[in-house]
Amino acid sequence: MSLGVFVVLALFILGSALGVILARNPVRSAMCLVMTLFFLAVLYLFLDAHMVGTLQVIVYTGAIMVLFLFVIMLLNLQTDPEESSATTTLSAAGGLCALFVGLLMYLVGNVENVPEPARDGFGSIQSVAEALFLRLMLPFEITSVLMLVAIIGAVVLAKRKIQ
Amino acid sequence: MTEMVPTNYYVFLAAALFGIGTAGVLTRRNVIVIFMSIELMLNAVNLVFVAFARHFQSAEGQAIVFLVMIVAAAEAAVGLAIFISIFRNRETLNADEINLLKG
Repeated sequence: MSLGVFVVLALFILGSALGVILARNPVRSAMCLVMTLFFLAVLYLFLDAHMVGTLQVIVYTGAIMVLFLFVIMLLNLQTDPEESSATTTLSAAGGLCALFVGLLMYLVGNVENVPEPARDGFGSIQSVAEALFLRLMLPFEITSVLMLVAIIGAVVLAKRKIQ
Repeated sequence: MTEMVPTNYYVFLAAALFGIGTAGVLTRRNVIVIFMSIELMLNAVNLVFVAFARHFQSAEGQAIVFLVMIVAAAEAAVGLAIFISIFRNRETLNADEINLLKG
């Protein structure tokens, strides 16, 4: 991928991420987040992570964001008049971006390593599955327990009324 | 194939994304927007994982992104259930007014 394409994609990602935290209406925030996740998926494809990019679109923009939008619309959230001002959020974003980027420039800034061309089959379902099921078997099994706990927790929380 | 982008550019992009997410968590008051900012931070970390997986030609980095996505999905499911429960009882999703556990 050429540097120009990267810069355009990066601007899209950062712009829509700013939209998430600046939008007054939560539905607009959610739609901006969908855009951010989609452009990140495009970036993953350029990084030879085909399977991760596809999963990003299916799981994140498809499933998780639908859940968010469903809850926002179920609760009928409107713009909150007590919400903090856009200037506060924007200045905090600028300051924290400068802090984190500056920190990482200090740590890895002078290493301009261009990666070598990827091996054949890198990032395919087969190579990721080999890593997942051969070398990361235990974490994978633990996440299945986590999913079970999340399902039970979500059902219990959404059903009952707390006082 | 045209020229490649150095890995550290991806790291800078992820750092900026993480900063934006942190700003959202710290300054916004709507808990659902705070939650979406946390998703932004998780995605910044995912981007670093994918960039370094490409750099070191290692599929483990991509497999861990898959696990992070599972954690994000579980977090969203439980968190949004908590918000529904809070909204039912308090009629608000303003983080300043949700102070049930405040000492």
